[in-house]
Amino acid sequence: MQYITDRKRASGLGSAKSGTMHHWGMMVSAVGLAILLPLFVFTFGCILGAPYEEVVAYYSRPFPAIVAALTLIVGMVHFKNGAQVAIEDYARGLTRQALILAVTFLCYAMIATGLFGLVRLAL
Amino acid sequence: MADAKTGNRPLSPHLTIYRKQWTAVTSILTRITGNALIVASLMFVWWILAASSGPESFATANGFVTSWFGDLVLFGSLWAAWYHFCAGLRHLVWDAGYMLDVEQGELLGKIAVGASLVLTILTAIIL
Repeated sequence: MQYITDRKRASGLGSAKSGTMHHWGMMVSAVGLAILLPLFVFTFGCILGAPYEEVVAYYSRPFPAIVAALTLIVGMVHFKNGAQVAIEDYARGLTRQALILAVTFLCYAMIATGLFGLVRLAL
Repeated sequence: MADAKTGNRPLSPHLTIYRKQWTAVTSILTRITGNALIVASLMFVWWILAASSGPESFATANGFVTSWFGDLVLFGSLWAAWYHFCAGLRHLVWDAGYMLDVEQGELLGKIAVGASLVLTILTAIIL
């Protein structure tokens, strides 16, 4: 009888040795987004198309702003890690590295920009 | 010597050589919808930054986002988000060790496509 878990047996295998943690990270952000996405779709959806004053007042409130901030952060981290796997599947060498760098920079830039906008709206 | 045996090794997955199947098509659709959602994300970040900058910049961003073209992109993204949502739940079921047979996998794929369409229409009606 083995006293070792399936998760532990998978750790450290594969060419990168870090795939298990990458996959676990995707699962964590996926569960987070499964909760956040419906909240974001309906909070953003019901203010989209409203005039400027209403949008500013709406995103000054805690709930819509926090849902938007969390969805942006978790969504962009999930995108970064998911797009990285796609790039690793289809590109190689310097192209692969350049694309992964570009996606990583874009994701963090979008998080920072979106949070800046949300904070400025809230203050 | 480290690169002595690395040549042009094949990359996965090989999309063009297999017959189309529910499992393969629903799988690649997950990747396509996930990556395509970057467009709607960029639109949202632009829109929220513009709203925080003042009425003039908001008018520009809001004008684009609520134009017929912006509407089209956002409606497509709504379906993409719901499809990726359903497909992601499917992956969580698989990761937990359930529904791994071919028939069950195909069934989950069909449910994901159907549920994403229903959720998209429901969202469009509610909003």
